Amino acid sequence: MRIALLVTCLNEALFPRAGMAVVTVLERLGHTVAFPPEQTCCGQLHANTGYAAPARELERHTEAAFAGHDVIVTPSGSCAAHLRAHTELPVYELSELLVDVLGVTDVGARFPHRVTYHPTCHGLRMLRLGDRPQRLLRAVSGLELVDLPEPEQCCGFGGTFALKNPGVSGAMLADKCANAVSTGAEYLAAADNSCLAHIGGGLARRPGAPKPVHYAEILAGTGAAA
Amino acid sequence: MSRHLPIVAVTPFPAAAAHELKDAQLRANLGRATRTIRDKRARVVAEVPDWEELRERAARTKDEVLDRLPELLARFERAAAAAGASVHHAADAAAANAIVAELVRAQGADRVVKIKSMATQEIGLNEALAEAGITAIETDLAELIVQLADDTPSHILVPAIHYNRSQIREIFAARMPGFSAESDEPAVLAGAAREYLRRTFLSAEVAVCGANFAVAETGSLVIVESEGNGRMCLTLPGTLIAVVGVEKLLPRMADLGDFLRLLPRSSTGERMNPYTSVFTGVTPDDGPRRLHIVLLDNGRTKTAQDPVGRAALRCIRCSACLNVCPVYERTGGHAYGSVYPGPIGAILSPQLTGQDAGANSSLPFASTLCGACYDVCPVKIDIPEILVHLRQTGPKPAAERAAMATLSWVMRDRRRWRGALRAARTGAVPLRALTRRRGGTLRRAPWPVSAWTAHRDAPLPPPESFRDWWRRTHAE
Ligand code: SF4
Repeated sequence: MRIALLVTCLNEALFPRAGMAVVTVLERLGHTVAFPPEQTCCGQLHANTGYAAPARELERHTEAAFAGHDVIVTPSGSCAAHLRAHTELPVYELSELLVDVLGVTDVGARFPHRVTYHPTCHGLRMLRLGDRPQRLLRAVSGLELVDLPEPEQCCGFGGTFALKNPGVSGAMLADKCANAVSTGAEYLAAADNSCLAHIGGGLARRPGAPKPVHYAEILAGTGAAA
Repeated sequence: MSRHLPIVAVTPFPAAAAHELKDAQLRANLGRATRTIRDKRARVVAEVPDWEELRERAARTKDEVLDRLPELLARFERAAAAAGASVHHAADAAAANAIVAELVRAQGADRVVKIKSMATQEIGLNEALAEAGITAIETDLAELIVQLADDTPSHILVPAIHYNRSQIREIFAARMPGFSAESDEPAVLAGAAREYLRRTFLSAEVAVCGANFAVAETGSLVIVESEGNGRMCLTLPGTLIAVVGVEKLLPRMADLGDFLRLLPRSSTGERMNPYTSVFTGVTPDDGPRRLHIVLLDNGRTKTAQDPVGRAALRCIRCSACLNVCPVYERTGGHAYGSVYPGPIGAILSPQLTGQDAGANSSLPFASTLCGACYDVCPVKIDIPEILVHLRQTGPKPAAERAAMATLSWVMRDRRRWRGALRAARTGAVPLRALTRRRGGTLRRAPWPVSAWTAHRDAPLPPPESFRDWWRRTHAE
């Protein structure tokens, strides 16, 4: 299958490894990945901060950049949710593509580590990903998946919320980090690098805490630590 | 004399929240209480196989009310008047307060007993009555606690949720006439309040209530409560004054069943509430001899004009959205500066008052848009959607507007976007060397990144961009 990758602006700017991991996984499964070069940002940040007009321009820009592609994948639950709500583009979050469209749960990965999974709000409540990411992770050889306490609790990121309401965001982050540390996991995985940047930034200040990792990078792994 | 309306935030939410966050006892009380109610709610909702259909139908019924508001109001008024009630119309809080004060005075009373009601809190009725020389006594246990403490409610349904029981004992000991108990057992505290309230009920001539529902077809009012204090207020005093928001209407009596199933499970996590009172006009030799119904607008008609925002008027004040809200759980209700706190407050207060009132335009930003509120709302109000809508229609700082416009301009063109990313990578080169030992994250940064690094490390741009990697590995 020919699949177009929407890497997302945040991943392009800060976390290219998530995009590379999606390419690695899909090519390993025998698919062809395209990278439409005009893509930049889906408009989610603008829309959620209250800027409807620039958001619409970016949504139109994204539609044009992906015109003609029948299957689009993105390693971001929130961007997938935004585009699905505001455009006609056939966008899938990675676990939806793998489990629902391609019908795979075992992607042939190896990652011999204790991992806990944080189901991000957009994945949980807007896309209704359910346990698709966890099913993919459980099929990874050597991986031990441990439960995160209070998984459905928001981490406190919320885009510009983290900057506009730093106190509340920090309090929510502290609770999420404490729950993550309590699992004793080596890695905390999630489906959105925005939430992971926030949680990971908090975990970095806590000794012995799990390291943040996009679950696509785990699915891309074949042995060594990410 | 002008008072601040109890639905206008004085302090912007972030500052008010920062103040509340300092109170560790408050956070512990809130965390424990909201977790208990939300687990209870989840359990009893899971028992109802047609819960989703119930929600759908209730949402549709409420939307019908908003579509037919003037017609249904007229219908309600005719039916209520035919049953012997007097119906009054109040365009705003001041008008409603004046009507109630006048009605109390007409009875020669200087005291009223009250059933907990959000509408009367919204208009600041107790304070307005006090200015008119009339004492209002709250008869709901939690409202009484808050009133004795000279505090304001912090939750729609559990106004004293921010107190634990030893704090409540102290409030009673200091402020309740005749209280002397040493124990803070819930039964002891409730018993003392019951004694105190019973004396009050028996001597009251006027009662003031709100309503959970107002049935247009029959002119009936419906009040749902747990403690029986409502029943006392509705039946003992000779005069009953109900202050009812116009959105409380239901078209038909047959619609009530859905809501009586949805409300208790959503609010207290009970299958059924202990007391449901349905009353229509006056009945000779039974209950009050005079029933006055004050229909309150106070921004509702205007809110109903907004095609997106109007769904907030479906709200049946169950407070399920508060109990699941991660922001409310950390800050409590007072940070919202309104008698309507939490997610529903963040969309209702700014709409009722207009976003230019006080600091109310900060409320739609008091959310991560996590969506937990929408999931539990029994009338399916898409609260995140309305929050975003209000952010888009409300005022925003000029510097932010400029930054967002620039960012969008950069992002609408691949060359400009790549140029910006390249500049960021170049800027990050020296930082990467400095932070290598810590895993390459930034702990302290100058403004504006400092807002981020106050609570968490910041990531640095990578050495190789995705596009460069793609070109290197996928070049034809
Ligand atoms: S918005 Fe919905 S969940 Fe919140 S109080 Fe109103 S009815 Fe209940």
